[in-house]
Amino acid sequence: MIHFVLLISRQGKVRLTKWYSTYSQKERTKVIRELSGVILTRGPKLCNFVEWRGLKVVYKRYASLYFCMCIDPDGNELEILEIIHHYVEVLDRYFGSVCELDLIYNFHKAYYILDEILISGELQEPGKRTIVRAVAAQDSLVETVKEQTGSISTIIAQASK
Amino acid sequence: MSGPSLMDSLFQPSLEDLIKGLRQQLIGEQAFISKSLEEIRKEIKSTDLSTKSTALLKLSYLSNLHFQDMSFAAFPALEVLSSPRFSHKKIAYHAISLSFHDSTPVLLLITNHLRKDLNSTNEFEVSLSLQCLSRIANVDLARDLTPEVFALLSSNKFYVRKRAVAVVLRVFEKYPDSVRVCFKRLVENLENSDPQVLSAVVGVFSELACKDPRSYLPLAPEFYKILVDSKNNWISIKVLKIFSKLAPLEPRLAKRVVEPICDLMRNTGAKSLLFECIRTVVTSLSENESAVRLAVGKVREFLEDEDPNLKYLGLQALRIVAEKHLWAVSENKEVVIKSLSDADPNIKIESLRLVMAMVSEHNVSEISRVLVNYAIKSDPVFCNEILGSILSTCSRNLYEIIVDFDWYVSLLGEMSRIAHCQMGDEIENQLIDIGLRVKDVRPELVRVARDLLIDPALLGNSFLHGVLSGAAWASGEYVEFSRNPLELMEALLQPRTSLLPPPIRAIYIQAAFKVLVFCLHTCFMRGKSIAPSASLDNLPAGVSASASYESFDDFSVENGADVAVVHGQTCASAPITKESIVNILNMVELALGPLLGSHDVEVQERARNLLGFVDLTKPEILNSSIHEKRDSEGKRVESSKIIKLMHDAFSKELGPVSLSAQGKVSLPDGLVLKENLGDLEMICGDIEPPSSNSFSFGSPYEEEKDGLSFSNLQIRDDNEQSNESTSLLAAHRKRHGLYYLSSGKSEMISNDYPPASDHTLQGDINDNADDLVKLTAESLIPKRKPKHGKPRPVVVKLDEVDEKPVAMKQPESRDDSLSGAVRDVLFGSEDIPPTSSQSNLSNSSKRKGKEKQHTDPHTESKVSAVGDGNSSSRRRKDRSQGKERRHRSPRKKNDEERKDADQKEKKKSSGGRHKSRQRAEEPLKVPAQTPVIPDFLL
Repeated sequence: MIHFVLLISRQGKVRLTKWYSTYSQKERTKVIRELSGVILTRGPKLCNFVEWRGLKVVYKRYASLYFCMCIDPDGNELEILEIIHHYVEVLDRYFGSVCELDLIYNFHKAYYILDEILISGELQEPGKRTIVRAVAAQDSLVETVKEQTGSISTIIAQASK
Repeated sequence: MSGPSLMDSLFQPSLEDLIKGLRQQLIGEQAFISKSLEEIRKEIKSTDLSTKSTALLKLSYLSNLHFQDMSFAAFPALEVLSSPRFSHKKIAYHAISLSFHDSTPVLLLITNHLRKDLNSTNEFEVSLSLQCLSRIANVDLARDLTPEVFALLSSNKFYVRKRAVAVVLRVFEKYPDSVRVCFKRLVENLENSDPQVLSAVVGVFSELACKDPRSYLPLAPEFYKILVDSKNNWISIKVLKIFSKLAPLEPRLAKRVVEPICDLMRNTGAKSLLFECIRTVVTSLSENESAVRLAVGKVREFLEDEDPNLKYLGLQALRIVAEKHLWAVSENKEVVIKSLSDADPNIKIESLRLVMAMVSEHNVSEISRVLVNYAIKSDPVFCNEILGSILSTCSRNLYEIIVDFDWYVSLLGEMSRIAHCQMGDEIENQLIDIGLRVKDVRPELVRVARDLLIDPALLGNSFLHGVLSGAAWASGEYVEFSRNPLELMEALLQPRTSLLPPPIRAIYIQAAFKVLVFCLHTCFMRGKSIAPSASLDNLPAGVSASASYESFDDFSVENGADVAVVHGQTCASAPITKESIVNILNMVELALGPLLGSHDVEVQERARNLLGFVDLTKPEILNSSIHEKRDSEGKRVESSKIIKLMHDAFSKELGPVSLSAQGKVSLPDGLVLKENLGDLEMICGDIEPPSSNSFSFGSPYEEEKDGLSFSNLQIRDDNEQSNESTSLLAAHRKRHGLYYLSSGKSEMISNDYPPASDHTLQGDINDNADDLVKLTAESLIPKRKPKHGKPRPVVVKLDEVDEKPVAMKQPESRDDSLSGAVRDVLFGSEDIPPTSSQSNLSNSSKRKGKEKQHTDPHTESKVSAVGDGNSSSRRRKDRSQGKERRHRSPRKKNDEERKDADQKEKKKSSGGRHKSRQRAEEPLKVPAQTPVIPDFLL
């Protein structure tokens, strides 16, 4: 099972964290500091696996972002690499050639997509189209609600009640 | 009320504004964040849910990426959760799964929200709720929501069902009794045609099987079917994981699955699946020779691949194989050795481990040589990694793989000379430890120590101070093996010793003391008929510090005889004359005089001791040299008595101290050990604790002077009596034949060393790698022929040292009860006694039926899960009655028997839950005698 997912930029900024095992806020900061120290200093063309506190961290760099997932020692590293790639592809499809800025400004959407892919640390949907469709369906649910309530006229109507 | 709300909604900064602001702020990131937090705190109190939810979203952003505390928003999050709007719900669920944990106070309030959404018709709401439950579930939530999750397990929307399946794992973990409710349906989902649902179920079982594989053996047929039929790599990987846990438990199962796994290995194009196959074979099916051969062949492909990932994994797989099939490593040794100079530190470390896995007593010296050569050329980090692994491998289990200790001690000396070496402390420990434990190695140890001590360059390297202190101790303690004690004396007193930290300096001085006493003793006793050992008893008691040594009398005489023979040699190589003694005495006074004012008490005291001794003996030595023998005959006897006394005191052998030595000491009267010393802590708080070093080896220095630590001596006595008499005679004979030979050999070795400063470049290393591969080509293959003519020397062992007090790790009670519950459901429950054939009839016949016609998936699914209709009908009843069922246990009588077992589990749960947990534990013993795995597989 996957213990956590991290997205770290090359400068060490955290772009996304998702914890499937229990870590306190303090531990989380420590984990991120430790791991970004280890991972960001590794050169290109090295292997994508790091041993860390008896667990394994699988990471892969896409453009300026490092995608990291932490797994049990008997987990399958190559499978995790595929999951990371799967996630990136879905992001790419959803945002249309995704870049770091997309993730910065839509941090919650990146989460929603991740939630479609993983649940309690397990892959649940390997079909890219299915995921994009599900995310889009939920977006439209959100949008229709917003349209009803978001317009200024509604707010004024509410206020003048 | 509407006024501020309107303003809030209109002018509230959105998440995007926050992010933009954070990126463009001029006031500093922290200041901006705390300003935004202020705003959020206000906004989150708004009555307008839109405002509230936006605030919550911003807060989760800050909490998640900037690690701000968001616990104050727990209740507002619940309020947003109650909103009917999907967008609000989504934000709230996100915030909750981010921030809630077991001790969040409002956790109890969320149950109904979750229940409502789990029952929602909107599949996305259900999914949100399930996601959240998977993250925050605790015992209460898991218990209360079990019925809902159970219902969702058979939802006709696969989108929901696969999530429910994944969540079940968490529910089981938190609340094992839910197994009784949900397990059957979970198993039914193994037959599901939807690959996503199937993948989720298999995922759950692979996690469950990690914890307690035995419980899931009965499901092996289902897994087997999936393994054979699956075309989906994700699923295959998970099933393989399950089999790698199950196969070791049941040899017949292992035989059965080998074929399909090998087929997969041959045919699959996916590296991840291929790797999983390899790992399954090497970890769990290593008995099957042909499968292992195939897997090792694939590993070789990995190792030769360009991709560093595959190389790394290949090395890892090889390390697993190495435990049982060393041939696999030696087949690939070239790649392994080459990987030692890979660009990737992880690959280097992995190959280092692999090399260490190959070490045996036949090849340890060759491998160490290769590795030390690598260490010289590596970067500091990897260099120390190599040295550390050599040290730990060689010292494993009291140096069990070392036959030639002379070689090992000189290796230790070499290692400490490597430029990057930082393993000083470990080398120190081993030098002293070997000195104490292995008698035969002491001459070589002294030689190595002398080489280290005499080199002034080493004193400047603070990482080596540990090694030097070990060397100083060894050369003082075993000075009788030294070829040239005078030289040793000069080394110990050289001016650069001022670079050493005080504790080590004190060790140096004490070693110098011992060497001096030895020199004087040799000088005075030579040519004279030595006074009989009875002189020890004639000495006035006031001077004698050796009252406690009396038990050693016989031993010390023997040792004295030993020494006398050695003298013949030492004196031949470096005759100790009066002049040289006088020189030494002058040198001692010169070197230690300033130390009388040292700030360190230890150094000061040792220096004073030594100088006091010099003062005592010097005048007489000078006298005797002037007036010749006759004049001061009477006085000389006295001074030689002192020398003799000191010499005897120092020639007591120190032995290793057992870990449990303290326990053997009887408690002196009037000593209260249990008294609370808490008050002392305040007083001693700022005083540093003494270095652990002084405890670990029976603190030789203190003992000799004050003879206080009789406890240690007693133990040593015990230990020596046992092996002393047997080993002493042989040891003595061996020592001399070995003496010159070994030293010549190791000098040769150290000569062909590249100097430490001669660092080769990275490219060079790769060139050298080829040479080294050749060099080690044969060395990695374990040799059968004995290399050393001489037998392995005796290594003093204390019986207790080997037994490490391994605390038996108790499996968690929760896991216990979980697997207990699973067994309960899987093996049928105890209303059917497993041995009685009548009541088991329907069950077993159905199983057999299934075994023959396993093509029919429907009957199979019905039978395999629970077996008897009785329990499934009970389950349906349970479901309708909710919690009530737990009280209506049909097995009250068993509860009585289990009362005492229950005592251990002090959980503050209700009585009903207690009872059900007892039931959960019950079948743990029952299935143990019944082989439950169906013949289908066998």
